[in-house]
Amino acid sequence: MTDIERHSYDVVVIGAGGSGLRAAIEARLRGKKTAIISKSLFGKAHTVMAEGGAAAAMGNANSRDNSQVHFRDTMRGGKFLNNWRMAELHANEAPDRVWELEAWGAVFDRTKDGKISQRNFGGHEYPRLAHVGDRTGLEMIRTLQQKVVALQQEDAVSHGDPEAMIKVFAETTITRLVKDGDRIAGAFGYVRDSGSFILFEAPAVVLATGGIGKTYKVTSNSWEYTGDGHALALLAGAKLLNMEFVQLHPTGMVWPPSVKGLLVTESVRGDGGVLRNSEGKRFMFNYVPDVFRAQYAETEEEADGWYADPENNRRPPELLPRDEVARSINSEVKAGRGSEHDGVFLDIASRLPAEEILRRLPSMCVQFKELADVDITKEPMEVGPTCHYVMGGVEVDPDTAAAAVPGLFAAGEVSGGMHGSNRLGGNSLSDLLVFGRRAGIGAADYLDGLTARPAIAQADLEAAAAEASAPLERPGGENPYTVHAELQDIMTNLVGLIRVETEMKQALAELEKLRERVLTVGAAGGRGYNPGWHLALDLRNMLIVAECVALAALERQESRGGHARDDFPQMSPEWRKVNLICTLDGDRVHLSRQPMKPMRPDLLARFDRDELKKYLTPDELPAPVTPEEKH
Amino acid sequence: MGYQAQLRIWRGDAGRGDLADYKVEVNEGEVVLDVLHRLQATQAGDLAIRWNCKAGKCGSCSMEINGRPRLACMTRMSTFGENETLTITPMRTFPVIRDLVTDVSFNYAKAREIPSFTPDPATKPGEFRMQQVDVNRSQEFRKCIECFLCQNTCHVIRDHTENEGAFAGPRFLMRIAELEMHPADTADRREIAQDDFGLGLCNITKCCTEVCPEHIKITDNALIPMKERVAGRKYDPLVWLGSKIGRRQVKDTPKVPGKK
Repeated sequence: MTDIERHSYDVVVIGAGGSGLRAAIEARLRGKKTAIISKSLFGKAHTVMAEGGAAAAMGNANSRDNSQVHFRDTMRGGKFLNNWRMAELHANEAPDRVWELEAWGAVFDRTKDGKISQRNFGGHEYPRLAHVGDRTGLEMIRTLQQKVVALQQEDAVSHGDPEAMIKVFAETTITRLVKDGDRIAGAFGYVRDSGSFILFEAPAVVLATGGIGKTYKVTSNSWEYTGDGHALALLAGAKLLNMEFVQLHPTGMVWPPSVKGLLVTESVRGDGGVLRNSEGKRFMFNYVPDVFRAQYAETEEEADGWYADPENNRRPPELLPRDEVARSINSEVKAGRGSEHDGVFLDIASRLPAEEILRRLPSMCVQFKELADVDITKEPMEVGPTCHYVMGGVEVDPDTAAAAVPGLFAAGEVSGGMHGSNRLGGNSLSDLLVFGRRAGIGAADYLDGLTARPAIAQADLEAAAAEASAPLERPGGENPYTVHAELQDIMTNLVGLIRVETEMKQALAELEKLRERVLTVGAAGGRGYNPGWHLALDLRNMLIVAECVALAALERQESRGGHARDDFPQMSPEWRKVNLICTLDGDRVHLSRQPMKPMRPDLLARFDRDELKKYLTPDELPAPVTPEEKH
Repeated sequence: MGYQAQLRIWRGDAGRGDLADYKVEVNEGEVVLDVLHRLQATQAGDLAIRWNCKAGKCGSCSMEINGRPRLACMTRMSTFGENETLTITPMRTFPVIRDLVTDVSFNYAKAREIPSFTPDPATKPGEFRMQQVDVNRSQEFRKCIECFLCQNTCHVIRDHTENEGAFAGPRFLMRIAELEMHPADTADRREIAQDDFGLGLCNITKCCTEVCPEHIKITDNALIPMKERVAGRKYDPLVWLGSKIGRRQVKDTPKVPGKK
């Protein structure tokens, strides 16, 4: 039997991005001995790449903003497929979570009266994003990292050991969750630098592993985004919700090929940037869908007037939710009005003075200058859609973040429901904080209710170790990098922005062939820091996730948010009532339908009945209000 | 369009290693990390590289390219001649784990010794009021992506491992400056900056500033002002007199204890 290093914790948090760190902090604040498992070094998680900001209705920039408005915007952005309870909790709690970060040392940009500044973003009615230039995610990760350190410093004084109560296991990857009967008992994985195996015995595990972007070729996501948490949850018996909804961010870099997909922050548009086609036209005016018609400007004059006078002008259509903008760009390119490299032009240079662009968008300036030789203060950027975020994820209880498996919790991008069919920009960073904290509380409460710690069966460990070692025992096996590239091609070409039945069926057939090959991939070299081996193991997760996305996308016969069907271009109120659930049956993904829980009447009452008609079936609509009852 | 680049890459582990020669295809617009990835995918599947975002935002892919400390993801191949041999080695200051990956735990240990942000406990979350002009300085330092290239470059530890105990390095002296200049922080880290973190060992050669991929003016904006603050406190006649006659309480925040 292979040697396995063993650790015992109360709570194990898998993932060290925004939600993982926030969950771990909360568990530690509630007295639980907590481990943070980080696939990378501490402080490098994908959260650092978030640029625009964290949406929270603090009302600093416009006092009319409040959590009810934020809730409404979130539901509209998600085309009413959101788990409404999550959207409600998120809108209510986001301001406290942002203020808390400030008390922990975050240094946000300021308003004139010294409060946290808030910026405009797509789909948000008022300026709502707390931000630090265009590097808000970095600020958040660093603040949470430094809060973990601050807690460790307290523990050094009170326990004589900074790692007595909260410890980071950097460059460590979990490959299996282990159970005792039906409940969670721990997590098994390997340490990157030595390649040795490690076991965390813990009654509660929080998944905070982020997204699935590395299943696509053109993506804004970093190396870690291989769907680990999604796959671990399925393998442990939990359910994934609405995996067909994958957000393509409308503005990724398109040139040079080496940086294709790299994110260009929505702040460019929030701060005044506009999209133009090869004819120089602001084409977004042609793409305002009916559901948003009333809220968006119809002329350039009105749109430009909105920045200074939002009371008397409607919003520019460049600030429609991301799904709308991404599809519009795609249509322009298909119609032959794209840029040289099949993108469109994003122009901030003609809209703001150079020094203002440098101040507000410093990392965009550097990114384009150093990687594409483009000076964005002088010339437009070429941009196009890039895989950015998965709205689908582990189905959780909104209040406790608990998954279907006792002891398993999920928060952040790996969880599903909060964002419906399309996430609004800025709602991710606040989601991480709100539900990261709730997962920490959920895990702590779960532990308090336990009478005995779960036990781990030796046979399960041996199976997990054998599975993880397998690629190393096939040094002449298929090249994992090749298989990965093919998987990315399949998903990008056949289950991408615009989907059609024949292509998705083809994708499923090709994934089926790939499944055999994933089982034969091998890694030459030793156990120590061997990326070929790591990728071979990640492939299992990416394949499972790809199957879930393709199956759910084939099933949902409508277009909504991050799921656009060429063969079913309309949004259907009947389909709105349906959640698609993926589970694992042996090694096969099983898809089923689950009815959406009707929205609470007081939340429904926050919308105009005419607006609800666009989303809901007639029998779901609230009774019409007679004029005298209205106030 | 593409060409074959000549690479000499350090391969090995903590014990031993050597430079190995490779020829790898290069396409337009690519950075060094692209070429290393192609090498991994086609010739050396087990080549150890630490990387994450490939966008200059996470600070993982620090290495030395032709002897110069750089991020592989932000170094364009077009900055080198097509016939030039690129020599790529791990950061020299830190112990090698494997190939281009080093053990940077020194930095995390130093980070934990610095007293954390200490606001006035009477200020509740949501009550902080700070002007933009007052947070600009701390914000510049918080652009740091912790790539540790400045730590790697600083000769105080690069050439003198014996200084590692007494010197926190530019990144963490800058962290002290960031906290000292934070308008809502109440601790005083000036004495420990000098005595425990080795600010005096810095002789402002500005190598850290030169290699910073975020273009933070570490020396001019963090280290030199910090040195001035330390000197100002140490040689303040009132502080000196107060301490002599026992009238003035010294309020220095002590360094945080490490593992017992």
